[in-house]
Amino acid sequence: MTRIFETPLYPYEPSADQQADSPVRHPVVVIGAGPVGLAAAIDLGRKGVPVVVLDENDKVSHGSRAICFAKRTLEIADRLGVGDPLVDKGVQWNLGKVFFGDRKVYEFNLLPEQGHRRPAFINLQQYHLEHDMVKRVRDLQDEGAPITLRGRNRVTALAAQDDHVALSVDTPDGPYRLEADWLIAADGAGSPCRDMLGQGFTGRVFEDNFLIADVIMQADFPTERWFWFDPPFNPGQSALLHKQPDGVWRIDLQLGWDIDKEEEKKPENVVPRLKAMLGEDVDFDLEWISIYTFQCRRMEKFRHGRVIFAGDAAHQVSPFGARGANSGFQDTDNLCWKLARVIAGTAPESLLDSYDAERIQAADENILNSTRSTDFITPKSRVSRMFRDAVLDLSENHAFARPLVNSGRLSVPCVHDGSPLNTPDALPGGPQRSRPGSPCPDAPLGRGYLLDQLGEAFTLLALGTTAPEVAGVTPLALGREDITEDLRDRYLGQAAGALYLIRPDQHVAARWPAADAATVQAAVTRATGQETT
Amino acid sequence: MTDLTLAPNLAAPDDTYADLLAAHEGLSEADSARLNARLILVLANHIGDRDVLRQALRTAREALPEG
Repeated sequence: MTRIFETPLYPYEPSADQQADSPVRHPVVVIGAGPVGLAAAIDLGRKGVPVVVLDENDKVSHGSRAICFAKRTLEIADRLGVGDPLVDKGVQWNLGKVFFGDRKVYEFNLLPEQGHRRPAFINLQQYHLEHDMVKRVRDLQDEGAPITLRGRNRVTALAAQDDHVALSVDTPDGPYRLEADWLIAADGAGSPCRDMLGQGFTGRVFEDNFLIADVIMQADFPTERWFWFDPPFNPGQSALLHKQPDGVWRIDLQLGWDIDKEEEKKPENVVPRLKAMLGEDVDFDLEWISIYTFQCRRMEKFRHGRVIFAGDAAHQVSPFGARGANSGFQDTDNLCWKLARVIAGTAPESLLDSYDAERIQAADENILNSTRSTDFITPKSRVSRMFRDAVLDLSENHAFARPLVNSGRLSVPCVHDGSPLNTPDALPGGPQRSRPGSPCPDAPLGRGYLLDQLGEAFTLLALGTTAPEVAGVTPLALGREDITEDLRDRYLGQAAGALYLIRPDQHVAARWPAADAATVQAAVTRATGQETT
Repeated sequence: MTDLTLAPNLAAPDDTYADLLAAHEGLSEADSARLNARLILVLANHIGDRDVLRQALRTAREALPEG
């Protein structure tokens, strides 16, 4: 059987650009057709911005790779029109077990907050996600969206100019050159773009290797997440077992830094470890084995003139908490509406600096969280290990210790407190979770959900008050039947009514008990970077 | 912000001190260290106030070598 990640999905086709006498200029070129590059292409293409995606490969990612997609990613996917296939295919789980040494110390039920269209997260192989996203690109192309996907187009050189970027590209038919007004570098942790621009990748905090195996179980196995601290089959390290669709289980074994990768990858070394994890009598097939190395670090700046870095190319974290691909989606979510406005001439170029400010804040938050998880999972000193072990020992009999157990804090979107795009909070008694800078929490309406009602423009959400008319802003006035208890908790709190100005990336820009058109217009001006006080 | 209580606050200080030593009785140095770590976690949870705990950490760290 040919596996999904072995079939060319966007095979090489010659383009007219390769025959052009002088390099053809495109408004946006995206390098990398991984989840982040594809999200950028879909987002921009839907807004009518012509975008060319170059990838050195022509297939989806090999092996499962990123497997946990958090709610915010699913909400972004909904906006991009690709949420349903992901959630239909993805595995949801609620029961987790924590093991310490040779014993189970406790189990937990996630009990996610109700009243959201999407679950807290799903498990899904990265190749399924990419497959669905490429299909979405094809559907959009059929509808006339200006997206071009060029497989086996490897960028070999970049020259960043003041008003464009010049690229040299290699293909099976030889090299050609092209130009981009704007370049989005989504070419992964090893980003060749970063190197070609001579940009560093600073702030190394931690280094580790993980053996990752996709295993097909022959018999039923419970849909639970199992996490081991210091297990007998991997002493001093950690292990994780996660369910994916198609009966594929994902196993992550931490190996430490100083290892022989080729030796560790050999099935004769892997299989005994897996048997010790799963039980001697569990039959399984190994589908894929890889060794994954990570560091926690980020670029000093994500925007370099006309070149904008996103996803792992800009920042890398440890895998704990699923903060890699998920934060990459948030990068493009943040970037694309801004870039579309700059290209359309309705916002100044400086609006893109807020991408830097907001996404660097998010990257630092992700690095902080994943570093803390790493410190818990792999204590760096004797005293650190002593506290870690004390927490795990106490967690067996005492609920108070369980919140201290840190095997990863699931990716949640960053609240952009202090963003230059925010207008100070003007809603007395309003809930903290929807203050300016926050991603809008979803909530049920009389029928359907709030986030589905937010469009591509700025939205003015009116709850128990009226929305003034402001050019370029879509009013969304909800009546009593739509103001559910959850919506009230999440948006009104102690307030009787509220007016929320919501950005195209579904973040709150401003909120008031009520406001006139001039007040709202001032907040729009600020949120589109046209005022820099 | 709640202030850390540094004035005497134990009704029977000698008894409490004796309880502390008794808890460690018969333990190896390594196990005593484990007990201390657990005790700190139990007490930290009971106090529950990050500001108070940070003041306590600063007080405990006084006169120890700089990191």
